[in-house]
Order: sequence, then structure tokens, then C-alpha cells
Amino acid sequence: MITELLVFVFLAAVAVTTAAAMVLQRNPVMSAISLIGNFFCLAGLYLLLRAQLLAVLEIAVYAGAIMVLVVFVIMLLNLGNEEKLTERFGMRTLLAAVVVLVFALEMLYLFLETHVTDGLQTMHPNAASIGTVESMGLALFSRFLLPLQATGMLLFAAVIGALILAKKHTP
Amino acid sequence: MSVPLPYYLGLSAVLFAIGVIGVLSRRNVIVVFMSVELMLNSVNLTLVAYSSFLGDITGQALVFFVIAVAAAEAAVGLAIVISLYRNKQTVNIDEMNILKW
Repeated sequence: MITELLVFVFLAAVAVTTAAAMVLQRNPVMSAISLIGNFFCLAGLYLLLRAQLLAVLEIAVYAGAIMVLVVFVIMLLNLGNEEKLTERFGMRTLLAAVVVLVFALEMLYLFLETHVTDGLQTMHPNAASIGTVESMGLALFSRFLLPLQATGMLLFAAVIGALILAKKHTP
Repeated sequence: MSVPLPYYLGLSAVLFAIGVIGVLSRRNVIVVFMSVELMLNSVNLTLVAYSSFLGDITGQALVFFVIAVAAAEAAVGLAIVISLYRNKQTVNIDEMNILKW
């Protein structure tokens, strides 16, 4: 359908723009806000791909939890003197540009010219049914039970680690 | 007829490249951190696209775990930033060289 393509083009354009703005902004708060916009676009793209649960999680966990934490830290550190943090555009940036150019061309060639997408012309007919909370929940609590438990342990360890790291060490 | 798969893959490649530029060229550790999140997200987009086009749930389950690990990484990473800032009063990654040999 042409509407779907139009929505995709719109979301992709906004996603690339916000990502570029995130990298180019001098002010870290503006970077964070651009990145939140990027996450909303990605959530829209997940909806286009019929992945409902992940679209909601993208907004709730990424735009909600993680970015609030980042903005909080930016405010906590009071980075008002950001201008002094000179971003030199010397040899390193040039090297970065060359590396990225080679890398991007390689990826685009791989994705667009080789045959990795052969036989995948349209979305699978089951696409709408696998992204629901029901089917994701069934998969996570049966086939992926061990990774799910490991993720729980990881989050637990991360919370304790973050607490210990950020705690003020008073002798 | 839905949006073709190569479009999603190309968008994901572009977003990943922008993230790499951010990591390599910016000096503010928090912006570097956000660029890493952007790269994680572009890979997530690839996984979800393949998952939908193949009709297989594995990709989406993997994205679920990536989101959980990214949350853990954000918590620990920002705690490290706070404790570094407390010790050195800077967020410039050029000045964070105490582990350098």
C-alpha cells in the first residue's frame, strides 16, 4: 500500500534527521531530546513491522526510563560550561569520517546488492500475530526461559553495581 | 504490498553509521553514550525487520533482551560517569585516561 510507504518515508526521514541532530548538537540536553525523537520514530517503524509489544517497550523503556536517566545525569552534573569542551575537528575526525564512510558503504552494499533479502519480498502472513503480547509472552516463558532468568539476574547485578559505583565514598 | 525489506536494512545501516560517527568524533562522554544507544537501536530495527519478514519470533525475543541489557548498561554506565565526574570534574573523554598505561 502506498500509505504504508509514505509513513515509512516520513518516519525514516525524521529518524535520520534526529539522529544527525543528536550527533551535531553542542548542547547535551538538546542531544538527548533529539534521541528521544529518534526513539519515537523507531517505535513507529516497529508498528509498521507489526511488532506491537516492542513498539510499546521502545517508548516505555528507552524513551521513558533510559533517557530520563540520561537527562537526569546531565542536569545533575550541571554541564553549563559545555562550550569549553572543545570538539576539535582535526585528524581524528577525519579518520572517523573515513572509517564510517567505508563501513557504511560496506553495509549498504551488503544489504542492497547481495542476496540477503531474496525470497523475502513481502512481509510474512504471520507477522501480525507474532508481535503481540500473547505470542511474545508465550515464547519468552517457554523457549527463552533461561535467557529471561539470566536477564533478571543481570538487571539485579546492574542495580547493585550502579548503587555502589555512584555512592559517595566517605572513609 | 508492504515496505520492502531492503528499505529497513538501509535505514538501519544509515542510523548505525551516524552512531559510529558520534562515538568516534564527539568528546562528551554522555553524547558518546547516547550514540551507543543509537547503534543498539539500529541493530534492533534490523532484527525486528527480519523477524517480521521471516515470520519468526526469535528476532523479536532477541530485541527484548537487547532492550533489557541496554537498560542495565545505561544504569551502570551513568553511575560510572557520575563517579568519574566526582573525581575529575570533567566529562571529556580525552581527560579520562587513568586506565591508560
